[in-house]
Amino acid sequence: MNQFQYVRPTKQQAAIDAVAKDATATFIAGGTNLVDLMKRGVMTPQKLVDINRLPLTRIDADPGKLRIGALALNSTVADDKQVRARQPLLALALNAGASAQLRNMATVGGNMLQRTRCSYFYDTTMPCNKREPGTGCGALEGINRMHAIFGFSDKCIAVHPSDMSVALVALDATVQVSGPKGNRSIPFAELHRLPGDMPQKDTTLEPGELITAVDVPDGPFTKHVHYQKVRERASYAFALLSVAAALDLDSNNNIKAARLAMGGVAHKPWRLTAAEQALVGKPATEESFRQAAAIAMQGAKAFKHNAYKLKLGPNTIIQALKTAASVA
Amino acid sequence: MNEQPKPKKQIGAPMNRVDGHQKVTGAATYSAEYQLPNITYAVLVGSTVTKGRLTGLDTKAAERAPGVLAVISHLNAPKPPGPKPEGKDPSQPQTQGNPLQVFNDDKIRFNDQPIAIVVADSWERARYAAGLVKAQYAKEAHQTNLEENKSNAFLPTAAKKNPKNPMNDYQRGQVDAYKTGAVKLEAEYVIPTEVHHPMELQAITAHWEAPDRLTLYDKTQGTMATRRDFAKQWGLPEENVKVIATYVGGAFGNALHSWPHESAAILAAKVVNRPVKLMLTREQMFTMVGYRPYTWQKLGMSATPDGKITAITHESVGQTSTYEEFTESTLAQTRMMYQSPNVTTRYRLAALDISSPIWMRGPGEATGAFALESAMDEMAYLLNIDPLEFRLRNYTEQDPEKNKPWSTKFLKECYQLGADRIGWSKRQLKPGSLRDGDWLIGYGMGVGTFGAHRGAATVGAQLLANGTVLLQCATTDIGPGTGTAMTQIAADTLGISPDKIRFELGNSSFPKAGTQGGSSTVNSVGPATQEACLALKDKLRTLAGANNPAFASARKEDVTMQDGYLTVGGNKDTRVSYADLLKQAGGTAVMVEAKPGGEGQKYSMYSFSVHFAEVRVHQLTGEVRVSKLVSCADAGTIVNEKTAGNQMKGGAVGGIGMALMEHARIDDRFGRYVTKDFADYHVPVHADSPAVEVAFVNQPDPYVNALGTKGIGEIAIIGVAPAIANAVFNATGKRIRELPITPDKLI
Ligand SMILES: Cc1cc2nc3c(=O)[nH]c(=O)nc-3n(C[C@H](O)[C@H](O)[C@H](O)COP(=O)(O)OP(=O)(O)OC[C@H]3O[C@@H](n4cnc5c(N)ncnc54)[C@H](O)[C@@H]3O)c2cc1C
Ligand code: SF4
Repeated sequence: MNQFQYVRPTKQQAAIDAVAKDATATFIAGGTNLVDLMKRGVMTPQKLVDINRLPLTRIDADPGKLRIGALALNSTVADDKQVRARQPLLALALNAGASAQLRNMATVGGNMLQRTRCSYFYDTTMPCNKREPGTGCGALEGINRMHAIFGFSDKCIAVHPSDMSVALVALDATVQVSGPKGNRSIPFAELHRLPGDMPQKDTTLEPGELITAVDVPDGPFTKHVHYQKVRERASYAFALLSVAAALDLDSNNNIKAARLAMGGVAHKPWRLTAAEQALVGKPATEESFRQAAAIAMQGAKAFKHNAYKLKLGPNTIIQALKTAASVA
Repeated sequence: MNEQPKPKKQIGAPMNRVDGHQKVTGAATYSAEYQLPNITYAVLVGSTVTKGRLTGLDTKAAERAPGVLAVISHLNAPKPPGPKPEGKDPSQPQTQGNPLQVFNDDKIRFNDQPIAIVVADSWERARYAAGLVKAQYAKEAHQTNLEENKSNAFLPTAAKKNPKNPMNDYQRGQVDAYKTGAVKLEAEYVIPTEVHHPMELQAITAHWEAPDRLTLYDKTQGTMATRRDFAKQWGLPEENVKVIATYVGGAFGNALHSWPHESAAILAAKVVNRPVKLMLTREQMFTMVGYRPYTWQKLGMSATPDGKITAITHESVGQTSTYEEFTESTLAQTRMMYQSPNVTTRYRLAALDISSPIWMRGPGEATGAFALESAMDEMAYLLNIDPLEFRLRNYTEQDPEKNKPWSTKFLKECYQLGADRIGWSKRQLKPGSLRDGDWLIGYGMGVGTFGAHRGAATVGAQLLANGTVLLQCATTDIGPGTGTAMTQIAADTLGISPDKIRFELGNSSFPKAGTQGGSSTVNSVGPATQEACLALKDKLRTLAGANNPAFASARKEDVTMQDGYLTVGGNKDTRVSYADLLKQAGGTAVMVEAKPGGEGQKYSMYSFSVHFAEVRVHQLTGEVRVSKLVSCADAGTIVNEKTAGNQMKGGAVGGIGMALMEHARIDDRFGRYVTKDFADYHVPVHADSPAVEVAFVNQPDPYVNALGTKGIGEIAIIGVAPAIANAVFNATGKRIRELPITPDKLI
């Protein structure tokens, strides 16, 4: 691990200034991702700006939306009464991630900004364009069973690993950001970017921009929701692939509205709007789900070791929708 | 006469671990926890290439870093005077000893091979400085893929040189007779590289107490083997080296060998002339302390339509390193488990540019059982016979390999116990018949066996002034509860309460014992404990005879020890106090060596197990959950039901890992692992394991030793993976012959 300075401002502006004015500085929240990456030499910030003294832990149940502070802990959010009642999908996705111990440390802001788990990214002796632009993509012709089937480029085929993000993109969340140029809101679907020619850039955040909160608008998805995560053991593993599904059903079991997103398939949480639209007006049956799953998978392309995702994807969508529809 | 009530029998009782309290309260001291005065900390720097030569090593920045005491590499390392590994005789079976000599030359033989060790006054400073060491290499093309190197596989040198070596080809009846059988199958099976990963990382604290006296606090399964190896390496008399391993936080085989990091720490301690502590990182546990070798197997089997096996051919190719030939008994179970007139086995190695493997729990037998027990299941389906019935039709009443009677074999009883408990009768022969919603349910079984090995062991015993009997032995306890079992054996033999016994182990200066491995400790140290206790009683009787003539004529079995007095059969009139006994010249200490007799010549001795699994497989996502697991064992006498049960459960959980998730993957382009932490290398979590049910036949074996034990550690895992794979087939109709069975293989 490199040597670094450590500051712990109590004022938001001071924290933003500290990072904005120093290209080698970075925020640290729970540290559960950043410290690991520093120990492996993947990230080498010269200065850590600890934001845990900033008053960003509140969960406000506003009319029409929940505003969740960037420093609210994953476990606090998952257990929050308002969150469970108004956005049960978010609680399910959070609880599917990591372990109880980690969720007690990890923050909402840190969770959405956690970096890919690509093994080549983690090993500083291997080529990786995301870690060291221009060195090549180790995974492209390497062991890529965890990698993307959508939206990749020949520079990077990594996936975004967060479970929470999959629910947030499905729920049309908005990220509140404060930076050197003031405040702005970013629709969650636009927070993460595709790798393109700049895989080193995970998000659309500008240097020094601090996430202060995430807003989740109320919607009809309080009952028929499910987060289906497929992994190689029963808990405490990153997803091979995951699906967040939310349905609004009428009294005849027809679909009034649907939300669908996939994790573990792209450089960002992958919203499936075409499949959602295909579901609207259809009966909540396996046949409808199957058709939507086929639409969802259009354009998917596999590499040497991840072709299974082309089948696991639609299967998981069907399973997630079946479970969501049957939640009583 | 004043008869004392007989003390409660301890052997068989579910006694709590004698060191349980120390372990759970953190009072137990492990190898990295000895805070010696003047201690220093070391971190290893590993090669980032897989094969070639080190052409440059820039250590200047590291040497200048704060707190750094030394940076040692092949450029400046003192050369230990002992034999060089290059001169190693490969005709010797690969066992302990001849560790790769570190910093001996500029050659790189595997990725992450230690190329330097940095010693500093704190661990953080050592780690920081280690990151500053810069190496240049002349790379050479490497080979790390077994499948691509199968064609270069060879018969182990030891087998070539010695026709009696068990790694030679085996033949009974006709060669490859399965090819002409009535009903036949031929299939290939693969077990990938798996890594032991005990909870405790490998650690050593090396201390030169004098220029020619070395003390090692070392994670090892054999204090005496480690002592021998490093005494040899440094050209010292063995008694000048002391190895202490009082507590070992699991090992599963990875502390059966002397490894480069141990050599490095000892070297470093010599250079800085202070004690050096070195603990590997979890990443280094993949490359520096062995693993279960990737093994390819092919199995051919034929049977008559009514379910009699007529022939089996079992071949395997396992990986080894370029500098050691590691062999294991992958094909042993095939030769003796089932009645078959024709059996062929062929064992081969492929040498790759990787570090050396080492036995991992259930070692080769567990690898081989995956192929054999899967093939048994495949054949049962071909014949349309229940797999349990098929095994019964081919049951061996004597060892068909050695043509000797079994010392004991209660495998049929195990079958019965297990089948009842899992509810085998619910099982349908047709795959995919049972389901619960989207979950397909299946049942499978797998059989395991392992030699009931026994070696010589010596135990010392003496009576202490406080009335405690102190027993000592160099054996280790890597987790099975050795000290507890020995305390129980001693309590019954002496007829005293277990809290009056202290069994000390894990120290090479104690009376000698073999390495803890191959399920042999209770078999070997148990009888030594028993005999040492009897000798102690006899000694006490003799000493007491001087004070009270009643003892002179008493049998040693009648000597009773209670409340600080020795009596004959509890008769108060014969009382002699411990204090009086201890006053006599010479003391009470005895030391007894117990050795196996010739029973092994007459009988074939094995432990047996059978595992039954119920699995649920999600038909859409391919996830597998083991919903029930029943393990039954014929392991002879069960000394402690609790610790023995614990062994079985731990083995079963290890088997779940083997079946469903463990897979260390190398990117062959670089020769480096891409699964280097617990996020990528999965072992089971609690949610992956059902409450494992364990049942023991608990019948003593009269021939292995007087206690009747046969060994448990290995049979706990051997056969578990095929039981699960067979259950997956029963659930889905999909036969997965390459472990682990991950969702991608099932959808
Ligand atoms: C063993 C293990 C298993 C895991 N399993 C899962 C899993 O199954 N599913 C899953 O989703 N996650 C998993 N995780 C990841 C875990 O969810 C993240 O590590 C965690 O959410 C990160 O939050 P943090 O607060 O600790 O972030 P930190 O590590 O503190 O920060 C992460 C990044 O976010 C930046 N950052 C943090 N807060 C802000 C802010 N407010 N504004 C701007 N930038 C900010 C930091 O600069 C840093 O770059 C696992 C992690 C571990 C270690
Ligand atoms: S996929 Fe992306 S993160 Fe992984 S090696 Fe390629 S560039 Fe690096």
